[in-house]
Amino acid sequence: MQKNDQIHTVKLDKDKCMGCVSCMKRCPTEAIRVRNGKARIHYERCISCGECVRVCPHQAKKVIYDDFSIIEDPRFKYKIALPAPSLYGQFENLDNLNYLIEGLLKIGFDDVYEVARGAELVSEATRTLFDSGKLKKPVISTACPAVVQLILLRFHDLKDNLLPVQAPVDISAKLAREEAAKKTGLKPEEIGIFFISPCPAKIHALHSGLGVSKPTVDGVLSASDIYFRLLPAMKQVEEPRDLSQIGIFGLSWAASGGEAATLLKNKYLAADGMENVLNILKELENGKLNDLEFIELNACIGGCVGGVLNIENPFVARAKLQTRRKYLPVTKNSISQTDKNLDYFVWECEPDVTNVMQLDEDINVAMALLERINKIEKILPMLDCGCCGAPSCRAFAEDVALGEAKITDCHRINVEDLL
Amino acid sequence: MSEQTRISLEFDVEGDNFVSAGKASEAVKGNLKMLGLPPTIIRRAAIVMYEGEINMVIHAKGGKAYVDITDKDISITLKDEGPGIENIELAMQEGYSTAPDAIRALGFGAGMGLPNMKKYSDNMEIESEVGKGTTVRMKINIQPDSEGQQQ
Repeated sequence: MQKNDQIHTVKLDKDKCMGCVSCMKRCPTEAIRVRNGKARIHYERCISCGECVRVCPHQAKKVIYDDFSIIEDPRFKYKIALPAPSLYGQFENLDNLNYLIEGLLKIGFDDVYEVARGAELVSEATRTLFDSGKLKKPVISTACPAVVQLILLRFHDLKDNLLPVQAPVDISAKLAREEAAKKTGLKPEEIGIFFISPCPAKIHALHSGLGVSKPTVDGVLSASDIYFRLLPAMKQVEEPRDLSQIGIFGLSWAASGGEAATLLKNKYLAADGMENVLNILKELENGKLNDLEFIELNACIGGCVGGVLNIENPFVARAKLQTRRKYLPVTKNSISQTDKNLDYFVWECEPDVTNVMQLDEDINVAMALLERINKIEKILPMLDCGCCGAPSCRAFAEDVALGEAKITDCHRINVEDLL
Repeated sequence: MSEQTRISLEFDVEGDNFVSAGKASEAVKGNLKMLGLPPTIIRRAAIVMYEGEINMVIHAKGGKAYVDITDKDISITLKDEGPGIENIELAMQEGYSTAPDAIRALGFGAGMGLPNMKKYSDNMEIESEVGKGTTVRMKINIQPDSEGQQQ
């Protein structure tokens, strides 16, 4: 796969969009406007969190993922599924994780590499980095790519606090490819690696290559799509082999607080849900929470189990994972089992901040624009009703100042008062 | 240049309202980000604004915040009609606080408010009269070559 950070993982179905303001009001980066009765996504601000997909009452927001037929591509002689830890929480009575692995093998994959394995290695690498004393505290988890994008967009000052470790899926993909090439004798590019994603943010991260120099997977599938293929296949499994290779640590990554718990630190915080994440980032920006060592933030309520591509209610999924844990050892994977050193796990390249908040590169031009925005804002009713097609009066003032909306689009001010 | 462009902002800080405390600081951050100022400058402005706001909420039943932004510096004036500060020198010491227990229970009142405001601004002046109120003036230089250094 080629690196592509322009990829759009959330799209609007124009026919279904009724022009209500639900998505616009929920977007954490104010990336949506309603123009001519339809929502419009400003992709330069989109962090692929999936909030708009979740709240749309008309199912007009679609997540873009690879069609399952991608695994049939003749380029791939050996196909490996990478299930996310949250996938184990989607099924009823899954006392034995091996049913899921066997199911994946039945629906067309030649092998399975559990991302929870990569997660256990990432936990170990993170503990080692902590011990080195080189990390800027409080360290902010980089497991949720929507949070990372949010920081790169709106909280530039916190960039240096990001944990410079690759995502469990990237580590899993790299190790799976190497192992398979060795086992089969095939070339690395003849091996197809497919992640089963719980959310659009991870799809975007895998296409754009977050912290890696080139994408590590060959396709990204949706948990919701796989679920309905997997369910009948799993029912056919009679006596599953002992294939799963994960422990409690790996499985814990599926829910909020799971990653933090594997770091064995006392001073940590785990927050989930976009509003809570924003509040914590604002506190950090105000110089607070400095006594903490680690901060785990997940854009979705409940953590990855709350991903918009998952089937099960996040709280139910979390409860199911808890009962599954009791059959597992603490951890099953360690870096010493691989031939890798710490460098293999840290970021190959640093992601860049995006300057979409900045009005203009020339500070004088930016100041003149800002002055106009503040002036316009003063005459607005500050109701944030959304009727104008902007998420807040402040955002509307920006749109008017930048010539993207007309002041008369506001239905709540008396135009005559302005004259 | 004939007249310097200047962004002037004014905020009412409500007293005894911890939920809305931080709103002015949030708005200032938003403005500074739109100007594309360096993250370290924005962070310093955010910290001094936030600490100042919280101080006004805890001690003075609120007050007013005035912020002036030019391409050279950010001037912040916090004005309240609270009880005033009896001993400014003592109040400036790290860890000194007169916040009541109920406020401390919320995690505030660590005695770092004024010291942090001094630490993160390039210049800070306090005028205070017991029984009348307090005015704090702070300046953060945007251009590194201008006078005044972060302490």
